[in-house]
Amino acid sequence: MTPLLDVRDLQIELVTAHGVVRAVDGVSFTVGRGETVTLIGESGSGKSTTAMGVLRLLPEGLAVLSGSVRIGGRDVLTDPGAARAVRGRTVSLIPQDPMTALSPVHTIGRQLGDAIRLRHPELSRAQARERGVDLLGQVRISRPETRWTSYPHQFSGGMLQRILIAIALAGDPELLVADEPTSALDATVQADVLDLLMELQERTGIGMLMITHDLGVARLVSDRIHVMKDGRFVESGPAGQIVERPAEPYTRDLLAAVPRLGAWDEDGTAIEGAIP
Amino acid sequence: MTLLAVEDLVVEYPTRSGPFRAVDRVGFRLRKGGSLAVVGESGCGKSTLARALVRLLTPKSGRIVLDGTDIATLPERKLRPLRRRVQMVFQDPYGSLDPHLTAQQIVAEPLRLGGVSDRAERARRAAELLDQVGLPPSALQRRPADFSGGQRQRIGIARALASRPDVLVCDEATSALDVSVQAQVLALLRELQEETGIAYLVIAHNLGVVREMSTDVVVMRAGRVVEAGPTETVLAAPADPYTRALRRAALDPTAIHGVKPRRVPEGSPS
Repeated sequence: MTPLLDVRDLQIELVTAHGVVRAVDGVSFTVGRGETVTLIGESGSGKSTTAMGVLRLLPEGLAVLSGSVRIGGRDVLTDPGAARAVRGRTVSLIPQDPMTALSPVHTIGRQLGDAIRLRHPELSRAQARERGVDLLGQVRISRPETRWTSYPHQFSGGMLQRILIAIALAGDPELLVADEPTSALDATVQADVLDLLMELQERTGIGMLMITHDLGVARLVSDRIHVMKDGRFVESGPAGQIVERPAEPYTRDLLAAVPRLGAWDEDGTAIEGAIP
Repeated sequence: MTLLAVEDLVVEYPTRSGPFRAVDRVGFRLRKGGSLAVVGESGCGKSTLARALVRLLTPKSGRIVLDGTDIATLPERKLRPLRRRVQMVFQDPYGSLDPHLTAQQIVAEPLRLGGVSDRAERARRAAELLDQVGLPPSALQRRPADFSGGQRQRIGIARALASRPDVLVCDEATSALDVSVQAQVLALLRELQEETGIAYLVIAHNLGVVREMSTDVVVMRAGRVVEAGPTETVLAAPADPYTRALRRAALDPTAIHGVKPRRVPEGSPS
């Protein structure tokens, strides 16, 4: 079966003030239906550039891409028209910072409604609203019908991220690209958003390309993990293998750098005399 | 021996609808050379608490007893000589250093304020401090824009150490850093504590950082302390529902097992 996303030997060169930088140096990976594939790395590893390149969201003229990127079978590198055609339909982006991703001067309903009508121009405003309220309910916004006319500043960061997920879902995508979707959120809020994404995937079989620097997040949500450094994959494999049996020194160093939490009594039934 | 005792501390911000109590009757003790962490999520009041402890804010009521002197509401004139004893490392390494000054000048500034009048002596001490935090001599004449986030945070630590404080308040000092850089900065802080016997008050939301950097912990929610105790005990068997939610939401990659385990909690109790 054709994967939703098929990236082969992707290279991205960025034109900067200091010359041309090869930010992504020949990476290949796929994302299939119902799968979550994660690119993990530290600042400057090229993970976000890869995601933005796949979506053709890097500034034309300042980014040179080569290799091949197929989304739903369509090559978006050779055909910019294909990239425009799949964005917001076959594939949607969940951005990193929910506080700045929405327009502060338009209501949530207007922004979600626009996204819905972009995909379904045949819908009336009222029909788009009906569908939007349903989407807000799906991303666990309580009493969504009353929030339609609210502005972004009236929501918390976690709620805004869920609204952005609703907007991403507006085009009935088969693939979500999530660029550090929970990095700006508190731990308990992050847990809610990750849980929502996993539930959504279980229900709809949507594929996900996750970008994160957080090994805990990667381990939780991923089927496969690619560890990225200096524009290349240093190690790739199933999530459990990468965390439990890392082969590469760099992966081991990354894991060793994560502060350990130690065991805990999750059920609240303290065991007398247990060895800590 | 108790170095810093905080008792019944209340900090309020004025708002249009009346005062907002950001810190509500908080109390704890930090011993000389000890490490205490204050943990909680955005808006719980932990950064306000940090700012009150270094008296960037004046509390409404309560006591901050530093080595026997209550500094909670001490007027600036009397506070000044005590300020050098409690220093702070800020969260944002990009916003907390003057971009016009060289690293050496940044670190020399508190020395000048502390009465080291000889310029050459200040420069020498600043160079020493930068060396202590692991920056090369070539760093001295460079400005913040030339440094990475981790290097800037080292400059911030050197600046805080310049006045030889007894307490260092680290307000999310590593949360803006990559995990490998965070590990380096945490290791540096531990080494400095071993060398100098400085006490740490670590403000953090990352429970892993809390475990590495503290022997005791205070958990805050909505301005109040909901749980306190030895770090190992609180993390191994959290008693308060909110602490449990925090603990459950903290993702230690090596503690997650299975394929897509979906081991995510319901979130904070409301």
